Amino acid sequence: MSSSEHMPSSRLILEAGRADRQYWRDLWRYRELFFILAWRDVAVRYKQTVVGFAWAFIRSFMTMVVFTVVFGHIARLSSGDVTPYAVMVYGGLLPWTLFSSVFGDASASVMTNSNLISKVYFPRMIIPLSTIIVGLIDFAVSLTILVGLMIWYRFLPGWQIVLLPVFVALALLASIGPALWASAIVVKYRDFRFVVPFLLQFGLYASPVGFSSSIVPPEWRLLYSLNPMVGIIDGFRWCIVGGDSPIYLPGFAVSIAVIAALLWIGIACFRRIERGFADLI
Amino acid sequence: MSDTVIRAEGLGKRFVIGHRAQNNGLFADAMVNAVRRFFSKGKSALKGNPGDIGDVFEEFWALRDINFEIKRGELVSIIGHNGAGKSTLLKILSRITEPTAGRIEIDGRVTSLLEVGTGFHPELTGRENVFLNGAILGMTRAEVRHRFDEIVAFAGVEKFIDTPVKRYSVGMYARLAFAVAAHLEAEILVIDEVLAVGDAEFQQRCLNRMSEVASSGRTVLFVSHNLAAVSALTRRAIVLRSGQLAFDGPVQAALAHYTANTGVIARRLNWGQGSDSTLVSADLLDEQGNPTDRFESGSPLRLRVVVSTTGLPGMCVELTIRDELGLPFAFYSTGTFSQINLPAATGRFECVITLDSFFLAAGQYSIDLDTCYTNVHTDHRVESAVRFRVDRCSPGKGSFNFRQSNGTGSIAMSLKAPIEFKPIPVDATR
Repeated sequence: MSSSEHMPSSRLILEAGRADRQYWRDLWRYRELFFILAWRDVAVRYKQTVVGFAWAFIRSFMTMVVFTVVFGHIARLSSGDVTPYAVMVYGGLLPWTLFSSVFGDASASVMTNSNLISKVYFPRMIIPLSTIIVGLIDFAVSLTILVGLMIWYRFLPGWQIVLLPVFVALALLASIGPALWASAIVVKYRDFRFVVPFLLQFGLYASPVGFSSSIVPPEWRLLYSLNPMVGIIDGFRWCIVGGDSPIYLPGFAVSIAVIAALLWIGIACFRRIERGFADLI
Repeated sequence: MSDTVIRAEGLGKRFVIGHRAQNNGLFADAMVNAVRRFFSKGKSALKGNPGDIGDVFEEFWALRDINFEIKRGELVSIIGHNGAGKSTLLKILSRITEPTAGRIEIDGRVTSLLEVGTGFHPELTGRENVFLNGAILGMTRAEVRHRFDEIVAFAGVEKFIDTPVKRYSVGMYARLAFAVAAHLEAEILVIDEVLAVGDAEFQQRCLNRMSEVASSGRTVLFVSHNLAAVSALTRRAIVLRSGQLAFDGPVQAALAHYTANTGVIARRLNWGQGSDSTLVSADLLDEQGNPTDRFESGSPLRLRVVVSTTGLPGMCVELTIRDELGLPFAFYSTGTFSQINLPAATGRFECVITLDSFFLAAGQYSIDLDTCYTNVHTDHRVESAVRFRVDRCSPGKGSFNFRQSNGTGSIAMSLKAPIEFKPIPVDATR
């Protein structure tokens, strides 16, 4: 028996503070766990509910109706000439919901899976990352409502619609950066369990969901774009309604830079705290 | 390094126990401190650092300077008292937590089983949970599918495999959980206290399965309080005591070392107290009535017990004798067996309990003491309150020394009446 056969591949040295060079490879090796955790969250989500999956429709549809009534009819915010207000609102609501559900779920995920963390090893980043799938599935469901709305208003999107996946990906990146940071921090400071929902509630009004960001005065627009969701929601709307809601490019660049910075901070912070998870949980 | 799969060098793990900064009880100061703490904590929280202004930190080494090597295919158990560092060592080995000092080299895929049913979700069916749990323990979906029927058959839950596990009985749940774990493919298997589930029959099945695993050439590290299982499954044992390696060697010698130290530690410890009665001290007495740690096989067992009581009526003293493996084999209760209770008056009392003479096999023993009222409610319990050894046991006139380590029990029976052999004619058996 030659024991040296599997030596090079599986040799592991555990030492204090040693940077784990295999981390990213491990992350890939555990991809099945990633999918199975995501599948678990999806499977469990609507168990023992009567209408089950329909909740995904009902929630996003009702929010859209409320926003249309409040901002479109009562506050009389305009949506441009051609675009129906409901489509405009929904175009902002979709990326926001994706962002907020991934951010919310992912930042709580490490705590809700604490029993796994204290008993089994795997790259911890799998846990917050796997919540992306749940968010994406809800997003896909909500997207069908958008299609329904467009048919209802006989609204035909332009060529820009093919760029929609890019903005979906951006929304995910924007949510996962802060979520990684929050999910790691919350292990030590449970305060953040309360901070995150509050931030999200606040963010819904600070982001151009119920209104178009063109109503922001031009001199403030660049500053406003520091909120990464501004660039993403604008881009999303642009994909759907085209020239009626143009992208403000300098602002978009700022949003991208903020997203990248948050992502980098999130990953670095998570990696640093992650090693102590089992001792803190 | 030919066949070493695990090598630990100077391994240590330190925990920091925080104490809140002292306050002088003044509301104003408390407010100032709270505000200051809020800011300093907020600042460190954003950076992810632990720590507070004014808080005192105490270091505690759960493991210190541990060195050992484990070769491929070895079966090693890790034993020690609660808090000796067993679980911490397992957690380091299974990469759940990282060491503070020293290093550990591992060659091979480690699968750790610190708990059965990790990640089981009550809303999911048995089938779904098998796949979920398998993935968590590091199996691929193909591997689980390949062994699925085996797993379900082993757990004996075929009929309920598509029922959510929240409807399972505790036993079914535990059986399914262990079944998944038992079918893991791993080069190095780390197991902690898994046998604490299921009924006696299932535990036996688990033991059998584990010895199968052990004999298939895999390296197994096994932590358990079940000393019988330890000695049955493994050949080498590492004894941990207060975070340090106290002994490393053949399992029998390790168990002797472990049990020999149990008494010393128990004696030094404060026994604590019960709510209505407190066992204060206990000694084994020799024929002259002096405390001893040697018992003469075949003589009456005399135990002096000092106990204090609040005078609650119906309080009695009970004892359980355990063998080297920690298995209880004899029990006596002053209340249930002899209708004798402690006096119904407040105070401290001393009594001598003299039991039947019996032939205890040579070896180590320990006695658990407890006080109990109305025969059901245990009030104060002291494990290994008394420890003693028997040097020699040869009932009758033989020179044979009957030992516990023979594995045939702890008591040599004696004969009440002579045995008479009556010849039976062959044809009478028909």
